Amino acid sequence: MDQIIVQILNGLDKGSAYALIALGLTLIFGTLGVVNFAHGALFMMGAFCAVVLSRILNLSHEVTVPGETDFLGNPATKDVPYVYDWFGEAAGASIIDWAVPLAILFSIPIMVALGFAMERGLIKHFYKRPHADQILVTFGLAIVLGEVIKYYFGANPIQTPAPEALSGRVDFGVWLGYGPNAIVYPMWRLVYFFFSAAIIAGVFAFLQFTTFGMVVRAGMADRETVGLLGIDIDKRFTFMFGLAAAVAGLAGVMYAPIVSPAYTMGMDWLVLSFVVVVVGGMGSLPGAVLAGFMLGIIESFASLPAVVDLLPGINQIIIYLVAIAILLTRPRGLMGRKGVMED
Amino acid sequence: MTDQTTQPSVTSPARASKGGMFGLSSKDTTLLLVVFAMVVLAPFILNPFPEGSGLAQFNAGYPDLMQRFVIFGIFAIGFNILFGLTGYLSFGHAAFLGVGSYAAMWSMKLFTLNVIPGILFAVIVAGLFAAAVGFISLRRSGIYFSILTLAFAQMSYALAYSVLTPLTGGETGLQIKNTDNPILSNIPEGEIGRANLFGAQMGNSYEMAVGNWLFTFNLGYYIAAAFMLVAFYLSIRIFRSPFGMMLRAVKSNQQRMNYTGLTPKTYTLYAFIISGMYAGLAGGLMVAMDTQVGPERMFWTASGEVVIMTILGGAGTLIGPVLGAGSIKYMENILSKINKDVLHQWFAFLPDGLEDAVVVFADIFVGKQWHFTLGIVFMLVVIFLPGGLVEGAQRITARFSRKKSSNNTPAE
Repeated sequence: MDQIIVQILNGLDKGSAYALIALGLTLIFGTLGVVNFAHGALFMMGAFCAVVLSRILNLSHEVTVPGETDFLGNPATKDVPYVYDWFGEAAGASIIDWAVPLAILFSIPIMVALGFAMERGLIKHFYKRPHADQILVTFGLAIVLGEVIKYYFGANPIQTPAPEALSGRVDFGVWLGYGPNAIVYPMWRLVYFFFSAAIIAGVFAFLQFTTFGMVVRAGMADRETVGLLGIDIDKRFTFMFGLAAAVAGLAGVMYAPIVSPAYTMGMDWLVLSFVVVVVGGMGSLPGAVLAGFMLGIIESFASLPAVVDLLPGINQIIIYLVAIAILLTRPRGLMGRKGVMED
Repeated sequence: MTDQTTQPSVTSPARASKGGMFGLSSKDTTLLLVVFAMVVLAPFILNPFPEGSGLAQFNAGYPDLMQRFVIFGIFAIGFNILFGLTGYLSFGHAAFLGVGSYAAMWSMKLFTLNVIPGILFAVIVAGLFAAAVGFISLRRSGIYFSILTLAFAQMSYALAYSVLTPLTGGETGLQIKNTDNPILSNIPEGEIGRANLFGAQMGNSYEMAVGNWLFTFNLGYYIAAAFMLVAFYLSIRIFRSPFGMMLRAVKSNQQRMNYTGLTPKTYTLYAFIISGMYAGLAGGLMVAMDTQVGPERMFWTASGEVVIMTILGGAGTLIGPVLGAGSIKYMENILSKINKDVLHQWFAFLPDGLEDAVVVFADIFVGKQWHFTLGIVFMLVVIFLPGGLVEGAQRITARFSRKKSSNNTPAE
């Protein structure tokens, strides 16, 4: 039983990353009708926002340590981050420690700006072009963004630790009434799950309970009519692109401590998140979230040793198998709307 | 339509028999002969700069790279038969290339080190695999088709990497080892066999020195080139055949095909299998030239590469995919060799400060970052030249010969 709970937790954790990326993809597709192959790259940019912020916070200057000398007899020096000077040593240290959560605030404006720039600069010109062209141009953009990151940060993954207070392990079993140490789980992964749940809830609440969101939903259902009612739907859709970029970026920021960011992560996640979107149904937001969590859980159950012994290699291909099965039996995915992407 | 006679490229099969050779129209015959001449003379054409000169690093006339030109040319020609004609965007074509490679490898390990059976075996196995994948994937169209092919390719990759290790060698892949003893080849105990064509080894080269120039004629290259010319000829025939018209109909209007009593899926499936066999041929040739194979050959970025090649050159055109494959492989091998030292040499004539600035800027585009250049070029092509390099060339020729501007032939 405790095995199963661990796998459910693993699945929820992985699924929340899938769900966040797929949600952003679907926001873009549902509003603008654009298939964005650069979405994985946005996820990667988010993760590198965390890297950049922690580097900025670690910017330091040399000071001499009075009364000490190094082995050559010169006055000893040490690097002191600027944040120590500004906030004092204790506060400065904890600011550096909390770089990843702080990067959430740091990344939002960057990602929104990047999203706006992408939409206004590039995607705008592709609304009337075939989906294949959209896929291709955003695929090219994904290559370019990946290479830019590689140029500035190198090809190797960069470790970006979570704050110390959140990087330990939780004795999760105790909460459920098991004995101590029955189910021990990394704290940050739980944080990630709750964080993404909050983001998903926030996006849905925004769409459901604000006037802006209502107009956007109306535009997704019938763009022309909304336009005829005198609403500048394009402007709102541009905003939604920024929002989707921010969601992908936040997913990346918080994922940085789990998998060290590298320039390849965009491409790695892109394929899976597209599978998720298609399984959920193109254009369906609840479908994307549902499929994300579902595939995450299925994948982690397929990794159970008992299952792998029975069907070797199943953990590697299960997502694709499920995707093929669903696409063949439910052509529109789990919750896809009629008439979307059926040309 | 009275002006139909002014559109020679929309060739009906009946007209195709006139004028040219090999059952091609005269225009296509010219194209085929030009390609033939280019391929045969490639060791000269690709080596325009003398050895030891500063520009020698732009020479592409060495066997390894020339082989890659024609092999990826075959791969892209095959992909173009599917994507260019039917519009179905497969994101998993590298799987067929990989399967073909593994098949050829096993043929060489078990039966004979002669490359011909290996290559044929690769084509057949890849064709069968493509038939299975295509049969399932073609139940859906549009992006769903892309995702299905992608899913199959990624599954093949993951399986080749893990469970199928006895068959694929897993992460290390397959090589010919000294323990391999193919039943039809006599290999002395403990020696490593080499791929050959009736005894002649692929690496055999004849080097010709003319002044400062050094030209290399490599047997492996000419074998691959022969296959590529056949592949290219077949693709012209497919483009001009009634079957090719059907494939274009799949792209333009499937519903109308259905109403006419034709089944688009059957035609598309045939196109899918053919392009899978082309990919298998490319995979088999890769093994013939360099006897090793690993699962990364099936990774989805490899599928993406052939998409880029085809689009860059011009999807739906005859020569486009070959051009695309050639330019990408050229960039990959030549751009990636340029580093800061080379750049400093080039820009040494500039004043020092300016030189450094130019070098730093140019360095973004070359060396390890050549993918960056590729991405930029690819985006520019998709944005401004949806017809690829071929369309670019046509626009340029049109600009220089305004007289013929009424002749608006579509890209072929």
